[in-house]
Amino acid sequence: MGRVKEMIEQRFEELSNPEERAAWLRSKANWIRLSAMTMTHHAKLGHTGGDLSSADILATLYLGRILSVKPSEPQWELRDRFVMSKGHCSGAFYSTLAQAGFFPLGQLKTFMDPLSILNGHPDKNKLPGVEANTGPLGHGLPIAVGMALAARMNNQRWRVFVLVGDGELQEGSNWEAVMCAQQYGLDNLIVIVDRNGIQQGDFTENTIRMEPLADRWTSFGFAVRQVDGHDHSEMLEAFSAVPILRGKPSCFIAKTIKGKGVSFAERKPAWHHGVPTREQLQVAAKEMGVEVEW
Amino acid sequence: MVNPVIVQKSESHKTQLYDCRDAYAKALEEMAEIDSRVCVVINDSLSSAKMRDFQAKYPARFVNVGIAEQSMMGVGNGLANGGMIPYLCGASCFLTARAMEQIKVDLAYSNANVRICGMSSGMAYGQLGPTHHSIEDLAWTRILPNMTVVVPADPIETAAVMRYSLEHFGPMFLRISRVPVRRVHSDDYRFELGKAVVLREGNDVTIISNGVVLSRTLDAAEMLAKRGVQARVLNMSSVKPLDRETIIKAARETAGIVTAEEALAAGGLGGAVAEVLALEHPAPMRMLGVPDTFAPTGTAEFLLDHFGISAEGVTKAALELVKQKE
Repeated sequence: MGRVKEMIEQRFEELSNPEERAAWLRSKANWIRLSAMTMTHHAKLGHTGGDLSSADILATLYLGRILSVKPSEPQWELRDRFVMSKGHCSGAFYSTLAQAGFFPLGQLKTFMDPLSILNGHPDKNKLPGVEANTGPLGHGLPIAVGMALAARMNNQRWRVFVLVGDGELQEGSNWEAVMCAQQYGLDNLIVIVDRNGIQQGDFTENTIRMEPLADRWTSFGFAVRQVDGHDHSEMLEAFSAVPILRGKPSCFIAKTIKGKGVSFAERKPAWHHGVPTREQLQVAAKEMGVEVEW
Repeated sequence: MVNPVIVQKSESHKTQLYDCRDAYAKALEEMAEIDSRVCVVINDSLSSAKMRDFQAKYPARFVNVGIAEQSMMGVGNGLANGGMIPYLCGASCFLTARAMEQIKVDLAYSNANVRICGMSSGMAYGQLGPTHHSIEDLAWTRILPNMTVVVPADPIETAAVMRYSLEHFGPMFLRISRVPVRRVHSDDYRFELGKAVVLREGNDVTIISNGVVLSRTLDAAEMLAKRGVQARVLNMSSVKPLDRETIIKAARETAGIVTAEEALAAGGLGGAVAEVLALEHPAPMRMLGVPDTFAPTGTAEFLLDHFGISAEGVTKAALELVKQKE
């Protein structure tokens, strides 16, 4: 435990070799997982499955310094924009933002408390670092397209990253936005799909089939690359090399496991919004080798 | 000032009628000239939103998202996040009804600095039928926190409201009609958000209106004057925020209030005025608008007359209030 805690306090930049960086990000992502689960435990509400599947992606983007943002100046004009379209995974998102330094870790304790700025779904007008009010699905991608168009209108080079769920892609508004991104050749737009294969009620493929997902994105004019959404080294390399193709918007289909990192939650649809007990938190902490103190 | 689209000639005088879209389109071009943050998003509505000239002049600040109103609202939010001031221009019936959840979340709840220009609102698309009427838009937009709702009445006011929108922060719904209207404001008119404009003084009865119906209420006031009734006519173009003080003052000083609008009376301007009266100063009222029904086939003018949203209808309602007081 002691060693993991020490590593968490180290800064990413201080680590020189790729293995160390990946190990550091892994421990950070596990901290984000346990933090999200603890928040859900206290609030008795939350979305554990998606928090756990997206934690590695979020850690890579924010703590792996893919995103050019300034936590001390959240409204810095030239920042990269990140839109958390799957706003229901706010436990992982808030824990990541706090780790990145947008607000104190202690704030996480107030998740969903009365009058807390940590609403169940992110509110940009309350919480530093949040770019868009999401929660209802199919909102993030259109917003991201607008942000990418704004960069172009302003002749600026900032990029827009948007993390969408796979089940979320059943919302038609996404495909409206995708067609617009194609038409305008928005190569400053990077979509990451958290392809965990499970939506609220069931597996995506038992609900409304998403496959062939990569072909769909390709046919809509995106440059597509599949990545392991739990492999920090691979994601660091992939997200650093954007756009995938000049003149085209990028789509990374990040293969993930819903409930990743915790044996009793992995690949279980019921953990979409399962609330962990105190005992389950202890098991999770042990399995992931982290502890959370806010 | 834009050119009239129709000149009606009678033996005694001629009346020039204007399409407010001309004033809005011209204003947008002038605003884009002085402010590089101004941009336009359309939903294939190049002609219906009269944006051909803007597109030609400012192609880099012009986006056509295609027939995709839900995505359009999100795109507006994103543009505002990136420091632009987007004007989302398209037929009001599609912009509002189709994209209502996006308007709620991406614009109102986000408090995004975005303007929706709801074109050809009300029953402007008369004969096309209820699918193309936008008589619900006032009720839907004014109920949302952070939202500002304005219904200009003529080309002068349309241009003034557009210019004002550059100074405003937060989401706005601007209702721009294509129904030919005559001028009711003079060249020196200045729009002030949340302030009603007294177009005619009078202490017998009050008529509150806006948009394309306003000139009909001025005609009603003339008809009433001939019968010895002096009507106060208020242009309540700012539906939200609402000029509560002026409404309460009218309720105190006159026999009652007639509202007249090109929208569902329930939930629209009439509903907004009724809420103020019920809470602050109960007073007799008549609400003229579309009743709880879908309109039959007919032009906008025909339908307004059909539902009694006419000079005659307003006159009749005002006389009832005066008589009721006596």
